Amino acid sequence: MIESIRGRSLLSLDDLSKEAIVEVLDTAESFVEVNRRSIKKVPALKGRVVASLFFEESTRTRLSFETAAKRLSADVLSLAVASSSVKKGESLRDTIATIDALGIDAVVMRHRSSGAALQVSRYVPHVRVINGGDGQHQHPTQGLLDAFTIRQVLSERRGTTGLESGAGLFDGLRILIVGDIRHSRVARSDVAAYATLGAEVRVCAPETLLPDEVSTWPVTVVHDFDDALAWADVVALLRLQSERGSGAFVASLDEFTFTHGLTVERARLLRPEALIMHPGPINRGVEIDSRVVDSDQAIVERQVSNGVPIRMAVLYLSVAGSGEGPRL
Amino acid sequence: MSNEDEGQGRTRGPAFTAKSQLMTADDVKRALWRMAHEIVERNHAVGSLSVIGLQTGGKEPAVALASILAEISGEPVSAGVLDVSFYRDDLSRNPLPTSSATDIDHDLTDRTVVLVDDVLFTGRTIRAALNALSDWGRPRAVQLAVLVDRGHRELPIRPDYVGKNLPTSQDEAIVASLEGVWIGTRAAS
Repeated sequence: MIESIRGRSLLSLDDLSKEAIVEVLDTAESFVEVNRRSIKKVPALKGRVVASLFFEESTRTRLSFETAAKRLSADVLSLAVASSSVKKGESLRDTIATIDALGIDAVVMRHRSSGAALQVSRYVPHVRVINGGDGQHQHPTQGLLDAFTIRQVLSERRGTTGLESGAGLFDGLRILIVGDIRHSRVARSDVAAYATLGAEVRVCAPETLLPDEVSTWPVTVVHDFDDALAWADVVALLRLQSERGSGAFVASLDEFTFTHGLTVERARLLRPEALIMHPGPINRGVEIDSRVVDSDQAIVERQVSNGVPIRMAVLYLSVAGSGEGPRL
Repeated sequence: MSNEDEGQGRTRGPAFTAKSQLMTADDVKRALWRMAHEIVERNHAVGSLSVIGLQTGGKEPAVALASILAEISGEPVSAGVLDVSFYRDDLSRNPLPTSSATDIDHDLTDRTVVLVDDVLFTGRTIRAALNALSDWGRPRAVQLAVLVDRGHRELPIRPDYVGKNLPTSQDEAIVASLEGVWIGTRAAS
């Protein structure tokens, strides 16, 4: 168990303690305030260099990580993979060695292979590695920002603040995760965060889209989607991942929408106070109806805007706490 | 769940063992009144003052000072709190995961800022505060009020208003708040 990510890499949420997760959420609260200022920049990582290596496409994760690093005054080295030597067949190891030779303090990386971030952290043990998504394995900052968003919204409703709530409001909170769980690194990080914080997590998906090892997860598998919707405090939908071959696991997209899509009719089964989440990008009309995405119960935009403060908190704790002063 | 950090700002870090009490709550109150009068004496336009406490130890003294100033002058006095964690120069040695935030609801440009802290020691916190302040506007002047000045400055910084000057040795510890001032030691970290 990792008790705090201070000075450490962030590869997975599986091995983080409750205290470590709450520390990130609490730190992110301070950065929400920084992001509301007219000058949205603090010098906490001045002189540090953060490399952003996205071997797989991304909009919100990459932009929010780079924005976060810049708002902490770090220098950002951004590798455009499509126009780099990776296209000439350079190995991951050599690419990392090249970047490392330029002198970096942290790497934020996304890769299509599960375990890529762990591998890089072994190549360059003196560099903090922040996993921005590795294959079907983990997407830790997404799990953290989802937990942060739930805490923020529920705290506001109760007239308190996330800081005062701590992990308390996750106790027994009923969270339903629906959709392409097999291919989803977001699901794996969300489950780890929610379960560690004390929530009761259920997953619902067509049998073919459940991971083989789901019995080892801290979740209950349910089959009646309609019942589960009436049960849930929070419904988290996942994108059907066609780039990982999800198409072959369902009879057709229409069939999937019919059995497991959050249609307008199904959304009526939700309790009025229930929250609807989606990590994006959304396949409107597949896993969720367009009108449901735009309803008041959906907090998708909050998720996106919390991306920057959460990633500032992760970079701050991981890099500022790494015990090395600025290089002179 | 309750917030366990609440009110522990002054005792953050290694456990503090008090050796003796140097000021009572009444002494602190009297010192704050004297400092408030000095502030009014030096800044005639109390309306253009902003009393800004430093998180977390300066927060309560700043609120107290602002209300005394309002009482003396009959005008409302703006107050706020400033968190300087992200501006410190010892982040990499001793990262403070902050759970406190800045709360300043007005532009500081052309105002006279009175920074308030509990104990003035090396001066590094004040250096960080001066940097942080510049993100909130361009004050006409910045003045410094502290409950206790214990010496051992490492930077060219001096206070304008002092509750009490306390010559200390490096290894002693001071705790100062509205409840009083104590000298003692901290367990080695």
